[in-house]
Amino acid sequence: MITLKINGLPVTVDKGATLLEAIRFLGFHVPTLCHMEGLSPMGACRLCVVEIGNGNNNKLVSSCTYPAQEGLNVRTSSTRVMNARKMIIELLLATAPQSKTIQDIAAKYDVRRQRFRQRYESCILCGLCVRMCEEQMMAKAIGFRGRGDRRSIGTPFDSKSEKCRLCGGCLYVCPACELRCTYTEPDKAVCGGCANLSPPCLINYDDVMCYMDPCVACELPKE
Amino acid sequence: MSADSIRKIIDDTRDQPANIIVVLEDIQAKFGYLPEESLRVVAEETGQSLVDIYGVATFYKTFSLKPRGQHRVSVCLGTACHVRGGPSIEKAFQRALNCKTGETTDDKKFTLETVACLGACALGPIVVVDQHYFSKVTIDDVRRVVRKTLEGLDKVDITKDKSVFPVEIICSRCAHSLMDPTFLIDDYPSVRVTIYFERMHGWLRLSSVYGSYNIESEYEIPMDAVVNIFCPHCHTELKGNIPCPECHAPMVSMVVRGGGVVQICSRRGCKGHMLDVTGMN
Ligand code: SF4
Ligand code: SF4
Ligand code: SF4
Ligand code: FES
Ligand code: FES
Ligand SMILES: [Zn+2]
Ligand SMILES: [Zn+2]
Repeated sequence: MITLKINGLPVTVDKGATLLEAIRFLGFHVPTLCHMEGLSPMGACRLCVVEIGNGNNNKLVSSCTYPAQEGLNVRTSSTRVMNARKMIIELLLATAPQSKTIQDIAAKYDVRRQRFRQRYESCILCGLCVRMCEEQMMAKAIGFRGRGDRRSIGTPFDSKSEKCRLCGGCLYVCPACELRCTYTEPDKAVCGGCANLSPPCLINYDDVMCYMDPCVACELPKE
Repeated sequence: MSADSIRKIIDDTRDQPANIIVVLEDIQAKFGYLPEESLRVVAEETGQSLVDIYGVATFYKTFSLKPRGQHRVSVCLGTACHVRGGPSIEKAFQRALNCKTGETTDDKKFTLETVACLGACALGPIVVVDQHYFSKVTIDDVRRVVRKTLEGLDKVDITKDKSVFPVEIICSRCAHSLMDPTFLIDDYPSVRVTIYFERMHGWLRLSSVYGSYNIESEYEIPMDAVVNIFCPHCHTELKGNIPCPECHAPMVSMVVRGGGVVQICSRRGCKGHMLDVTGMN
């Protein structure tokens, strides 16, 4: 067991717990974007920053990946944290302003404008979809490709994946693409359920792990 | 490409720890690029997922998924080379080869690429063609480099070539000069180090001239022997931090006075080097 202090309050957590878990255990709020229960933490978005340490020795860390340590002194809303958090929100807004998730976070933290060059990316490289696909869907159909400003998400060679089970999990968790399947191009539709009026998941797959909402395919009555 | 040849490469590298990278390097060495089919075979044979392999293949700049030309031209656009005019050298190559960066000429002779810092900043702008380094390249040099490459870079006469330059090597630990003005190789002071191999201990002198592979030693060093190299002043082993890209033997690392690092392979006869300033090959 590890005892640490969050905003001055002591809390005891299991070894291996992250700061975020300790913080949430006490009920303090820290915003997150790339963190999701059931998926391994990745620390990609930095939105969950908190300040740790004392005196000259303090620093900002991402709470979703930082392991709880004995005697650590954590601040979740110091001026430094608030400034860093706002900056990160601005950067997210600069990257994908069309994202409802990001807009909501910005509204909540009263960020109304951002100071960077505006872009309209459909992906913020949070890696949620990749982890969803690998860890919950056991498919490993999509992954990170390239690096630096060429980093992107997709299938190998951008070709249709044999591993993809068309579960829609990746779309479901994505905070940026907000790309609900609309079945405009049959090739690109996620499951085709709306078009063929039969539950494709049940025909094609033994295990139904559909995360699409409101994909109604599997709720259709069986013959 | 045949699936069998890929399988053989995988078998040959089974005992290596950083397996995937080694396998991909070997495939690339064999075909000049990573054919799509080969990555699928690697995935099948190693049991690793194609997504991960594709991720590695697209992460590292050494790997190419498109066929490359016979000669690879890399223009350094690291910070130092950038301020010394790297981008205009890049443009000059684009004009001279009539191809864009990252692409291959129509006759499949050249592929033009850029790199970020080759560790020889003091000698920039640096251009590397097939592992041959050209220093302080000017726009006027560009056509000459292209012409030389077509003539065959190995034929370059090192004593007449203007791009040949002697460098001053120092120990990375104690910063003593390793230059020996009393012992000339290629008419320039040689680089003196201490070597140890097969329980023998003695001196070795390397040419300080770019492109020269001349060495002299107290002992006859057999081909393929891997030697340990030490600073004669502080006796620190001059160890590089990466294995030889060619043969995976440890690299020997030395510092160029004024900036830059030379890494050479510690295996006699191997052409692996990160900066071909000295040659003990
Ligand atoms: S639809 Fe499901 S299996 Fe296919 S890429 Fe998305 S998460 Fe992976
Ligand atoms: S596609 Fe969406 S979920 Fe996947 S990394 Fe990009 S933003 Fe995150
Ligand atoms: S049922 Fe939903 S997820 Fe499936 S193709 Fe139609 S719209 Fe897309
Ligand atoms: S939630 Fe912690 S870095 Fe994204
Ligand atoms: S910047 Fe070109 S060698 Fe360092
Ligand atoms: Zn020394
Ligand atoms: Zn070597």
